Amino acid sequence: MNELTSLRPDLQQIARWIRDGNRVLDLGCGDGALLAWLDRSKGVRGYGIEIDVDNVVRCVENGVSVLQGDLEQGLAQFEDGSFDQVILSQTIQAMKETERILCEITRVGCEAIVTFPNFGYWQNRWQILAGRMPVSDTIPFQWYDTPNIHWCMLGDFEALCAKNGIRILERVVMDDDRRITVLPNLLGSLAFYRIGR
Amino acid sequence: MTEADNSVGIVAAQSAVFDTPLPLLGGSSLASWELKYETYGTLNEDKSNAVLICHALSGHHHVAGRYHEEDAAAGWWDNMVGPGKPIDTRRFFVVGVNNLGGCHGSTGPSSLHPGTGEPWGSAFPVVTVPDWVNAQAQLADRLGIHRWAAVIGGSLGGMQALQWTISYPDRVGHALVIASAPKLSAQNIAFNDVARQAIISDPDFNGGDFYRHGVVPRRGLRLARMLGHITYLSDDGMGEKFGRMLRSGEYRFGFDVEFEIESYLRYQGDKFSDIFDANSYLLMTKALDYFDPAAAHGDDLAAALAGVKASFLVASFTSDWRFSPARSRELVTALTRADRKVSYAEIESVHGHDAFLMLDPPYVALMRSYLDRVAREVGA
Repeated sequence: MNELTSLRPDLQQIARWIRDGNRVLDLGCGDGALLAWLDRSKGVRGYGIEIDVDNVVRCVENGVSVLQGDLEQGLAQFEDGSFDQVILSQTIQAMKETERILCEITRVGCEAIVTFPNFGYWQNRWQILAGRMPVSDTIPFQWYDTPNIHWCMLGDFEALCAKNGIRILERVVMDDDRRITVLPNLLGSLAFYRIGR
Repeated sequence: MTEADNSVGIVAAQSAVFDTPLPLLGGSSLASWELKYETYGTLNEDKSNAVLICHALSGHHHVAGRYHEEDAAAGWWDNMVGPGKPIDTRRFFVVGVNNLGGCHGSTGPSSLHPGTGEPWGSAFPVVTVPDWVNAQAQLADRLGIHRWAAVIGGSLGGMQALQWTISYPDRVGHALVIASAPKLSAQNIAFNDVARQAIISDPDFNGGDFYRHGVVPRRGLRLARMLGHITYLSDDGMGEKFGRMLRSGEYRFGFDVEFEIESYLRYQGDKFSDIFDANSYLLMTKALDYFDPAAAHGDDLAAALAGVKASFLVASFTSDWRFSPARSRELVTALTRADRKVSYAEIESVHGHDAFLMLDPPYVALMRSYLDRVAREVGA
C-alpha cells in the first residue's frame, strides 16, 4: 500500500512533489486516496476539501481529515501561508471562479500544485479538426453535460499566472504515465505545475 | 434483522453518589451529589473502548434500550446506539449520564436539599458545561475509565464533547460534535430568554419554589417547549409535515386548535410539561447561553483549542437554523488554525436541528465510518 505505484499515475506525480512532513491542503480531494498515502508514506498533515458527501464519507473511511465545502466560495477560512503546499488536481477547468481560486491557493499555500487536462493535446486537436468537440480518457464528457467549463492549454495557464504575478516553479507534462518533453503542448494530455508567489 | 436483534435490550439505570464537594464555575459548590447513568456493552480489558454520550437540553442518561418488555419508548438515541448500529455496543462500552441540574435522577432543583429535606428549587446553583464535564470526569474515574475513545454529543451535548477536549485533553481520543456551536449567537440566547420568561412569568412558578405549593408552572413550560420545538424544525420540514392542514377541514373563525401544526405543538408542549422540571429547563438554557470557551482567550477560539489533543468529527445539517452550519464552521476553522485533526460534514436534511436525532442516510454513513475508525484505533 505504501508503494508510490499504488496511486493513480497523475497522483504519483503530485506525490513526488510533496515534501515529507509538510502541511498540505488538497482541494477536491475525492476519496482521499492521495492524502491517505501522503500521511502513511511522508508523514504529511493536512486536510482535504470535498463537496460531495459520499466522497466525504469515503475520506473518513480512509482516515483522512476532510472538510465538506465548495471551492467556489473561496478559502477565506484559511490564513495566508497557512499550508506548505496546496493541491488543485484536475479541478481548475471545472471552476467558475478560475482566477479567484488561482489567487487563493497561492495565498493560503507557500506553494501550490495545479494539474489539468491539456486542451492542446493532439488528439483533442484532431477531433476538433474532424468537426467534433473532443471526448477522450482525460476529457470523458460530452460537450452538453461536461463539468469542464474553462478549458486551457499550457500557454493559456502560464499567461494567467503571469497576469496575477504567480511564478511557475516547475512544469511536468505527461501522456498516460510517460513524461513528455518534446512538443509538450501537442503531445501531452495532462499538465502539472508547481507555482508560487 | 428485527428491532430486538439490534437493540441493547432491557437496561437499568445506575447511580453514583459523590461526597467530595464539586466546585462550580458560578462560585458555589455542591457538597454531595449524585449522577444517574446507564451503560451498554462491555468495557474491554485495557479500558480503551469507552464512549461517553452527552445529552442535549431535554435529554438524559437513558440513551438506548427499554426498561421492561412493555416499555413503549426506547432511549432517546436508540436509533444510533446498539449492536450493529453506528455507535456499536458490540465494540464500545457506552455510557449515558444525566447532567447535574436535570430532572431524571441526577442531583437537580427537584432533588431534596440534604440540609432542609425540601426540594432545592430556587436554591439550586446555576451549573455550566465545564461543571458538567468535571462531574462526568469523576464518574469516569469511578468507572475506571481514564480515557474515552470518544465523547459524542449533539447540540448542547456537542458543547460538552468540545469542553471535554479542552478541560481534559489527555482523556479524550475523539470528539464528535454534532449540530452544535462553540457559543450561542444573540438570536439563540434571545430564544432561550423568551422560553425562560414564559416559565418565570407563570404565576405557578413561585420564584422557582413551586414544589412546596403543590403546583407546577405547566403553562410556562408548555410555551417554552412549543417555542423551542418551532426552532428545532425547519420551515420546509414543518411545511412538508403539516402545511396548512386543518383538523376539521374548514375554518371555524375562532381561537381553538384549527391547524394541524397548532395541534402538534400543543401536544408536544403538554407532553413535555408533564415530564420535565421547570427549573431544570431554566438551568439547561443558561448552560447553553454561558458556554463560550473562547471568552477566556480574548475571543480567540483557536487559542482556546491550542492544548486540545483529540481528533474531531464536526457535523451540521443544512436546514438547521437554530445551530446553523455556519456555527459549526466557526469551530472547524478554529480547529484547522490550531492544527488539530478534524473532519467536517454538512449533511443535506430537511429535519432542521432535530436532524441529529434522525437517520438521514449520509449522516448514518458518516457516523458509522468515523466510529469504525475509532473502534479499530482502540482495537475494539
